[in-house]
Amino acid sequence: MIAHDRRTADSRLARLFVAPVILIVGATAPVPIASTVWAALHQRDLRLPWLGQPFVGLANFVEAAGDRRFLDAVLHTVMFAAMTVPIELALGLAVALVMHRVQRGRAIVRAAALLPWAIPTVVAALVWRLVFDNTTTMFGFDWFSNSRAAWIPIAAADVWKTTPFVAVLLLAGLQTIDQEIYESARLDGASATRQLFTITVPLLAPAIVVAAAFRTLDALRLFDLPYVMTGGGPGTATEPLSLYAFVALMERLRFGYGSALSISVFALTFLVALAFVRSLGHASRVEAS
Amino acid sequence: MSRALAAILIAMLLGPIAWMLAASVLPENQIFSGAPIQGLLHASFDHYRALFDERGFLLPIRNSLIVAGLTTIIALPCATLCAYALARLPMRGKGLFLALLLAVSMFPQISVVAPLFLVLRATGLIDTYPGLVLPYVTFTMPLAVWLLTGFFRQLPRDLEDAALIDGASRLRVIRDVVLPVAAPGLASTAILMFLYCWNEFLFALSFTFGPEHQTVPVAIALFRGRYQIAWGEVLAGAAVATLPVVIVVLAFQRRIVAGLTSGAMKG
Repeated sequence: MIAHDRRTADSRLARLFVAPVILIVGATAPVPIASTVWAALHQRDLRLPWLGQPFVGLANFVEAAGDRRFLDAVLHTVMFAAMTVPIELALGLAVALVMHRVQRGRAIVRAAALLPWAIPTVVAALVWRLVFDNTTTMFGFDWFSNSRAAWIPIAAADVWKTTPFVAVLLLAGLQTIDQEIYESARLDGASATRQLFTITVPLLAPAIVVAAAFRTLDALRLFDLPYVMTGGGPGTATEPLSLYAFVALMERLRFGYGSALSISVFALTFLVALAFVRSLGHASRVEAS
Repeated sequence: MSRALAAILIAMLLGPIAWMLAASVLPENQIFSGAPIQGLLHASFDHYRALFDERGFLLPIRNSLIVAGLTTIIALPCATLCAYALARLPMRGKGLFLALLLAVSMFPQISVVAPLFLVLRATGLIDTYPGLVLPYVTFTMPLAVWLLTGFFRQLPRDLEDAALIDGASRLRVIRDVVLPVAAPGLASTAILMFLYCWNEFLFALSFTFGPEHQTVPVAIALFRGRYQIAWGEVLAGAAVATLPVVIVVLAFQRRIVAGLTSGAMKG
């Protein structure tokens, strides 16, 4: 009887404890998303408030489909994720292996790895702008005036800043692998490369998928680096989706069209997240079998 | 072999930051010379002096500290109670709840900027501290709940059970038994929340209008001289923004790694 009372009291307490988080997170995440969808179906220009907010259906999305700048931004965003994430995963694995092997001074390496991850992205952007502007002086090649080359400093900054995060995640996975597997592989005469691809990578697969998911979803909302490093330029050559949506919203004050653009960022992220959830299920099934 | 690799790795990781620090003490005309060696002979802290005396850089630092501090103070207790409920108390749909929280933390921020802007403007909170704290509380909360739930689950139950059998109330058990043991986990969560707020850019850029409430990243990003970027002062500002992060990382690296990996690996 007492146990039963305790249980009822506990579940009441649980609801009480969870309620504030549901209220706060709900009020500033799902509700705004819904209202962004709603705003995307209306025309609303904060500079022209006398026009009101007429319902325009899918007109904003139709406009986006014919907007060259939007299509370019989608392409930029997807390309950026497709180029940087594999590099970050491969380098992250390499860094994790090095960190795993270092015996003395592991704390130093770990602290060094945390720094790029922990500093503000704005600072990382300035640091890499500084580095690449100096190479302009040295080699006479201006990265930031070339519409393709301008991506290189942005990608370099992103790889530098986020690879350590991937490495820390993968290192935690590495530390759970039983060393005896490697012993017997060595006895069987398996080379180091073979061990890497037949033991380490398969056993790390779930951790790699988790890291890939975190990195991809983060890359799809790319904003800070191009905002600070290139301003999206030259022209709009380095403008990702989030940046174009920001320009439409906060600079042109077109809240209807801007909302349609930002919903497209959300939709893209959502689709990719679903794909990762499915492949994560797959990866853990493979590991279990 | 592995020692040489580790040395190269450290150079790659820290080199750019060291370059930034070095460049911030160079005369303006030497920053982009490509060979800062001679420039270092004329090193000075002039840019730092200009940063604080002429640009009033103390203001954004104060703003960042206030916003990050308030966010942590508000969000940490909420997250702690919620995480305790998820770890210990009977409740349906825990897995779903945690999954939804994770989904929120993956939201692209740009997709909520417009409605938050309109709400904050309508309530007069735009360009105020609460106007930043509110979205920050939301976006740090999922991470905090995840970290703390994992942390509470690792704690041994025995002490709690013993106290409960002795007739202590649940609230009393949380206050006197759980919280003292959980202090390290709370600390590492608070650190990560603080870092998030210190570094956040998009919301701070969208929801502030002028230097009064701008945080450090916005202040640095919007540094512009009248005719050109004052790179010396920009780099000095970047160095100042990096300093607290360096201290936090050096002091708490073990905790940060534990927090990061437990959050990600339980997924």
